[in-house]
Amino acid sequence: MLFLNRPSEVGTQPPRAAFLMPSLVLLLLLAAGLSVAIGPVRLDAERLLAALGLHGDRIAHAIVIDLRLPRMMAAALVGAMLGLSGGVLQGYLRNPLAEPSVLGASNAAALGAVIALYFGLSELHAAVLPILAIVAALGALALLFMLSGRSESPLTLILAGIAVSTLAGAGISLALNLSPNPFAAMEIMTWLLGSVENRTFSHVWIALPCVGIGAFLLAGCGQPLDALSLGEDAARSMGVDLARLRLRILAGVAIGVGGAVAVSGAIGFVGLIVPHLMRPFTDRSPSAVLLPSMVAGAVLLLLADVLVRVAPTTNELKLGVVTAFLGVPVFLVHLMRERRLW
Amino acid sequence: MVTISLDSVTVSLNTRKVLSKVSADLTAGTLIGIIGPNGAGKSTLVRAMLGLVPVSAGQVVVDGEPIASILPKALARKLAYLPQGQTVHWPLTVERLIALGRLPYLSPFSRIGPSDADAIENAIARADVGHLRQRDATQLSGGERARALLARALAVGATGLIVDEPLASLDPGHQIDVMEILAGEARKGSLVLAVLHDLTLAARYCDRLIVMDQGKLVADGTPAAVLTADLLRSVYGVEAFVDRTSDALMVIPMRRTTL
Repeated sequence: MLFLNRPSEVGTQPPRAAFLMPSLVLLLLLAAGLSVAIGPVRLDAERLLAALGLHGDRIAHAIVIDLRLPRMMAAALVGAMLGLSGGVLQGYLRNPLAEPSVLGASNAAALGAVIALYFGLSELHAAVLPILAIVAALGALALLFMLSGRSESPLTLILAGIAVSTLAGAGISLALNLSPNPFAAMEIMTWLLGSVENRTFSHVWIALPCVGIGAFLLAGCGQPLDALSLGEDAARSMGVDLARLRLRILAGVAIGVGGAVAVSGAIGFVGLIVPHLMRPFTDRSPSAVLLPSMVAGAVLLLLADVLVRVAPTTNELKLGVVTAFLGVPVFLVHLMRERRLW
Repeated sequence: MVTISLDSVTVSLNTRKVLSKVSADLTAGTLIGIIGPNGAGKSTLVRAMLGLVPVSAGQVVVDGEPIASILPKALARKLAYLPQGQTVHWPLTVERLIALGRLPYLSPFSRIGPSDADAIENAIARADVGHLRQRDATQLSGGERARALLARALAVGATGLIVDEPLASLDPGHQIDVMEILAGEARKGSLVLAVLHDLTLAARYCDRLIVMDQGKLVADGTPAAVLTADLLRSVYGVEAFVDRTSDALMVIPMRRTTL
């Protein structure tokens, strides 16, 4: 067991960790490139580059600038937000199964959007639906605070989150139940499956500030989350203000995930699986997982979105469907590792 | 050098009084053992000293300042704390776990620097966990994990060290090791407080013992003065044999007191 006694530089990361962020950024650029280059209409490199340089023909311009570029940006923003908030919540709740939906933010945002669809408000302006979704996510945050009170235990937060989430879910079911005609129900269902198809720059401008604020609030939580891996008392004895941390995480998730879901619809599993995929490449402390999860979330959603475009199906597959199918194998691998079968 | 004074500290949790009017002056350079039966308020007492439980009456003063007016990070650099229960939530390596002790010194987003690395190496050497560096903290035996977590608390480099039941699940050899480490810290000028259950080890290593019973401080003094058969009978409800013949005092509980 010679290697155990090797004097090593304290605090340095395992060697592969040094390559993680550069490789992820490279993957991100590649995935973003694929997302702009690939679609149902074949564009050769010349027309593509011309369109990107804003001097292409009108058709190429419409396809690349008006359709693919905002779609690519929406997928990247939503994926990054879901990945980051999954990493933060798993660290905060010290539960490997935590994901953005446990706090009810994504369900509440979906309810806001469904209300917009149900009452036909979404017809008024393209921004009405996402704005209602964000308002609903913030409302859910306020409710969550009222329910979980000043308690610092993660359990009360999870219970309150389940209550909020279930309430929002019930609201969505009610809307489907009472929907005036099958077309309205169909429209709601389609939105709930989650997609970034036909998103415009106005969607991107709505999501961007929300994701920006959310990411800013969450990305700075690394050190307190590390301290929490020793339990609440030890974290507080190291100077962590748990009440402030909780406020920061709740606000970050509600604003960020609310803004993301407002644009894409509910896309599950990304926030759950991405931190698990990243953890083996890090020193496994909660802080080390955050930034890689953010970039990898964007990569995963961009690639999934390319996949739904090239998949030979009559109706375009919805992103939420693809991510759910991706999530199950990751779950199985995790289960097998827990049982030490692999 | 850190001093802690308790001025009739009272703590109530859900209207139940867990500590009532505890007063004591704790000075640097001493290893102070806190003993008493289960549920006597030992852990609450140390948590009150760290500002982890709200004090309902009286006050805790650290270095002449009321604890409520000290910033959490500043307090974290004065007093290191090893809680009961050996909690480690993620499969961190022992080295990474010990590095967590430097968090009170890091500004957001900054990394471990050279002075932090020195403190970590120092803590690893003192707790003798060098051979465990690259092991997963979640896969260690109870005794190994206890020492790794003690090293985490030592890595803070605070002049006050508060440890809650550091000897739980340690074999006799490692119990002695941990007591030696704590006594060594005190000799170097730190204030060391340890919640203990082994009375003989407490008597041998501690400079002073504080005895808690039903939320009250019932005795405070040198081990020889405090550990009497009468006190053990009234506090623990046991008949004990206290051997004062050798230079180290020995306490052997024999049987329950029959009422």
